[in-house]
Amino acid sequence: MSASCAMLGFRSRLLWAVRQFFQAEGYTEVETPVRLRTPAQEPHIEAEPSGSYWLRTSPEFHMKRILSAGLPKIFQLGPCFRRGERGHLHHPEYTMLEWYRTGTDYRGILDETRRLLSFAATQVLADSKEEHAERLLHALQADWAVLSVREEYTRRAGWDPFSSFDPDRFDLDMVNIIEPGLPRGKPAVLIDYPVQCAAFARIRQHGQSAERWELYIDGIEIANAYSELTDPAEMRRRLCENARKSRSAQQTVYPDDKNLLAAMDKGLPDCGGIALGFDRLAMVLARSNSLDEVMAFRE
Amino acid sequence: MYTASDLRKGLKVQIDGQPWVITEFTFMKPGKGQAIYTCRLKNMITGSTMTKSYRSNEKFEPPALEERDLEYSYPEGDNYIFMDENYEQVMISAEVLGNSRFFLNEGVSCSVLFFNNQPIEVTLPTFIEKQIIYTEPGARGDTATNVLKPAKIVGDYEIQVPLFVNQGDIVKIDTRTGEYADRVLKA
Repeated sequence: MSASCAMLGFRSRLLWAVRQFFQAEGYTEVETPVRLRTPAQEPHIEAEPSGSYWLRTSPEFHMKRILSAGLPKIFQLGPCFRRGERGHLHHPEYTMLEWYRTGTDYRGILDETRRLLSFAATQVLADSKEEHAERLLHALQADWAVLSVREEYTRRAGWDPFSSFDPDRFDLDMVNIIEPGLPRGKPAVLIDYPVQCAAFARIRQHGQSAERWELYIDGIEIANAYSELTDPAEMRRRLCENARKSRSAQQTVYPDDKNLLAAMDKGLPDCGGIALGFDRLAMVLARSNSLDEVMAFRE
Repeated sequence: MYTASDLRKGLKVQIDGQPWVITEFTFMKPGKGQAIYTCRLKNMITGSTMTKSYRSNEKFEPPALEERDLEYSYPEGDNYIFMDENYEQVMISAEVLGNSRFFLNEGVSCSVLFFNNQPIEVTLPTFIEKQIIYTEPGARGDTATNVLKPAKIVGDYEIQVPLFVNQGDIVKIDTRTGEYADRVLKA
């Protein structure tokens, strides 16, 4: 086994705490297919083939179809798969916590994430006598550092990715300069990304930034949130652009998810959504150094 | 040819015409961004180190390394002459050998790493035997093994030995650390 029995107990309490939070908030827990005909087309994210299907890299598209069908608050806890990702913070199979809420945006999701983490951490850490647990709990309940991507790059990396975007430099500086310099001992949020990093986030009206944020705890990326893109024409354009990028990088190009596009044509309500790496959350709350310590098995 | 996804601890790659070995390796993928492979590298010739980050589309050549077993023959000035199985002579400098040069015995078989046909690293058998050519006598009856004194082997190389070791004794030396391991023969 990879994790200790004590860690599996900790992880189980954290799972329960998350479910308890969403139940109290009036959310519906959903389960969507793991084997997909049409995984999301995103640059740098590759799906693991499974027969004539692929394993999901994210439950995002099916969950959006449920929103469009009428459920306003949904969450899902389940496995996701990403081909070729392995490291102390990556594993090709991991547990994703993903939730969506209509009638809100990325700021609303940020408030909700704060409340979720304070609640869940209290449930799993309140009885701990360790000093770090007390400090972390306090930090999660206090104000989080919310830092604009533009300011962080301008101040620390010496360039403004909003005035001339360079994707390679953006990623290298993110890993080598921005992430290592994020505040430690408290949650930090990088907010408002260049439009080139919008993924499936809405672009702010009259603005040049994507309504997206990422949560870090102790420099480790935990979650990624959007004001979700709801415009089907813009969604088609981005999927097409992603397919073009994947093709030129000699990555697999998947068929279009026509069901998602049809649901968006019918109407996807304004909503905010977030994907949170459950294993990494368990890792930072338990103060582990590697995913190995919080995953029951590593294949 | 390697791609960045082949990078891992221990892999040897050629960068700017030099052989490097990866001593530390981390895989990072910033949210929605590309994979970044950060390596701590050690130059296999000079021993200097550097840290570099690579993107997944970068490619690497394996260094032209070859490992051969050679037998040590004799010293010649600052160089040391080795012989291959065809009795061809190979000259290896004191600089490449480092302290290993003090542990060579005639006829000992060493594993020699070549880069572009130049020897860059010599690995001796783990243990070799050497005679102590000078050491002060230890106090009579002192058989403690945890108290050490200096002793010289051929080439005036100094090692630390237990007090009971005497001049003329033959001792076993661990070539990885250059430290005394055992006494083989009492003078």
